[in-house]
Amino acid sequence: MISKLGAFTISLLQELSSVVWMGRETMSEIMERIAKHRSPFRLEHFFYQCNRVGVGSVPMVILLSVFIGLTMALLTGYQLQLFGIVTLVPAVVSVSFTREMGPLFTGIVLASRIGAAYTAELGAMTAGGEVDAIEGMGIGALRYLVTPRILAIFCLTPCLAIISVISGILGAAFISSLTLQISYSYFYDQVMTNLLVKDVLAGIVKSFLFGAIIGMISCYKGLSVKGGAVGVGIATTSSVVIAISTVIACDSFCNIVMVTFFP
Amino acid sequence: MSANPKKLVEMRGVKLKFADKVILDGVDFFVQKEDILVIMGLSGGGKSTLLSILMGLLKPDAGSVLFKDEDLTKLSRTKLNEVRAHIGMVYQNAALVSSMNVRENIELPLKELSDKNDKEIDSIVDQKLELVELKDAKDKLPSELSGGMQKRVGLARALALEPELVLFDEPTAGLDPINGKHIDDLIVQLRDKQKVTAIVVTHEMESAFAVATRMAFLDKGKIILEGTPEEFRHSDNPIVSEFLSAYSDEKHTKE
Repeated sequence: MISKLGAFTISLLQELSSVVWMGRETMSEIMERIAKHRSPFRLEHFFYQCNRVGVGSVPMVILLSVFIGLTMALLTGYQLQLFGIVTLVPAVVSVSFTREMGPLFTGIVLASRIGAAYTAELGAMTAGGEVDAIEGMGIGALRYLVTPRILAIFCLTPCLAIISVISGILGAAFISSLTLQISYSYFYDQVMTNLLVKDVLAGIVKSFLFGAIIGMISCYKGLSVKGGAVGVGIATTSSVVIAISTVIACDSFCNIVMVTFFP
Repeated sequence: MSANPKKLVEMRGVKLKFADKVILDGVDFFVQKEDILVIMGLSGGGKSTLLSILMGLLKPDAGSVLFKDEDLTKLSRTKLNEVRAHIGMVYQNAALVSSMNVRENIELPLKELSDKNDKEIDSIVDQKLELVELKDAKDKLPSELSGGMQKRVGLARALALEPELVLFDEPTAGLDPINGKHIDDLIVQLRDKQKVTAIVVTHEMESAFAVATRMAFLDKGKIILEGTPEEFRHSDNPIVSEFLSAYSDEKHTKE
């Protein structure tokens, strides 16, 4: 048992240090490129990835968020009705969606939708020798392949989290007016009164973190693929599992820090 | 460092092992400018690994790899990338970027590493495609090409930056005799017309003797014989003789 735990810890630390190494090498390749007065990555690649991560994920994020917001308001409303404080629904839903649910669900959607795609793509390129060929040409595979991907998901996760928050709150407002007799105007006023700047900031900071985590893990997993098609499949599964677990763990850690230091 | 000014590449005492398996056990050889060195050996003998070391994709455990007197094993990544631009490589599986069409694959090193404008890049791409006789395949994806065509596109990409040295990993493996001969002719043509030096890793004997100006045989991690094709034909080294006789038997059977 102890030896298994030890082996797990060692492998976890090895993976972690490899991800950090990849980040450091990517940064160093970018800096070298800038020092030569050349663009570190192609803008067209960055915009392509932004379109994929951002625009492509909008429908799924909206759909999920509306339903989660709706369910949350409904269940909270029925419980609060028992105590006669159903009017608290807008405050509960808006604060929890802004601080917690919006960024977290966006992270989960992106880890499964984009993280899996990044790993599969880079994994297939690694297995097919394409990454080595790019490196062998002296282009710098990390800079060329990893930078636009990580940058796109890093920049777009907060935007999607904002869309998720708005959609969730709209879903909650809709069901509240339908079943809890809370009018849209009252709902809106309550949201504006109870939502603080620090809640919004907390959500946005977490989203940036989640974007970076998903990008780093999925690209690392893709570039470290071994063993052809089967290897790509294993890496993709493991990338999604690790990215989602890390996002949830990071979310909890952020909440502890925020509650402790910014109550 | 090098006494011979014509020496372009040299490996000195290169050793490499993966886990406990020794892959290269002190490899020494050199290649002069405009030479075509063919490295032969049994499958899994470390020939492709040798090319990866030459490209700086793998670092040897010991020894040095000199390209124009610069030790690639000691270069910083920036310097190594600069050197890599002078070395082209044609991979066994072509290793074309599958999401890019033929034109974009050849453009890739030019766009990323040179200061040429779009017009110049277009003209280089056309010129390289003409060389490999694939002008009509410009807009095709690698998946729409045959194995031989992919290798020719790989060659066009490797030549895009006008390298001084081109490394070929099994250039004719899996090709029909006509396509194989086409690739062999291109290798010789490159040396004759563009003064390109080449290292070819192969175990296709016909191809090896068609292109080589020098040959080396890698066995158990060491170069056991190096010489001209003629010296190889008359070698009394038991492993090389067996290798060559297996080839002549195969050829005989085919005839």
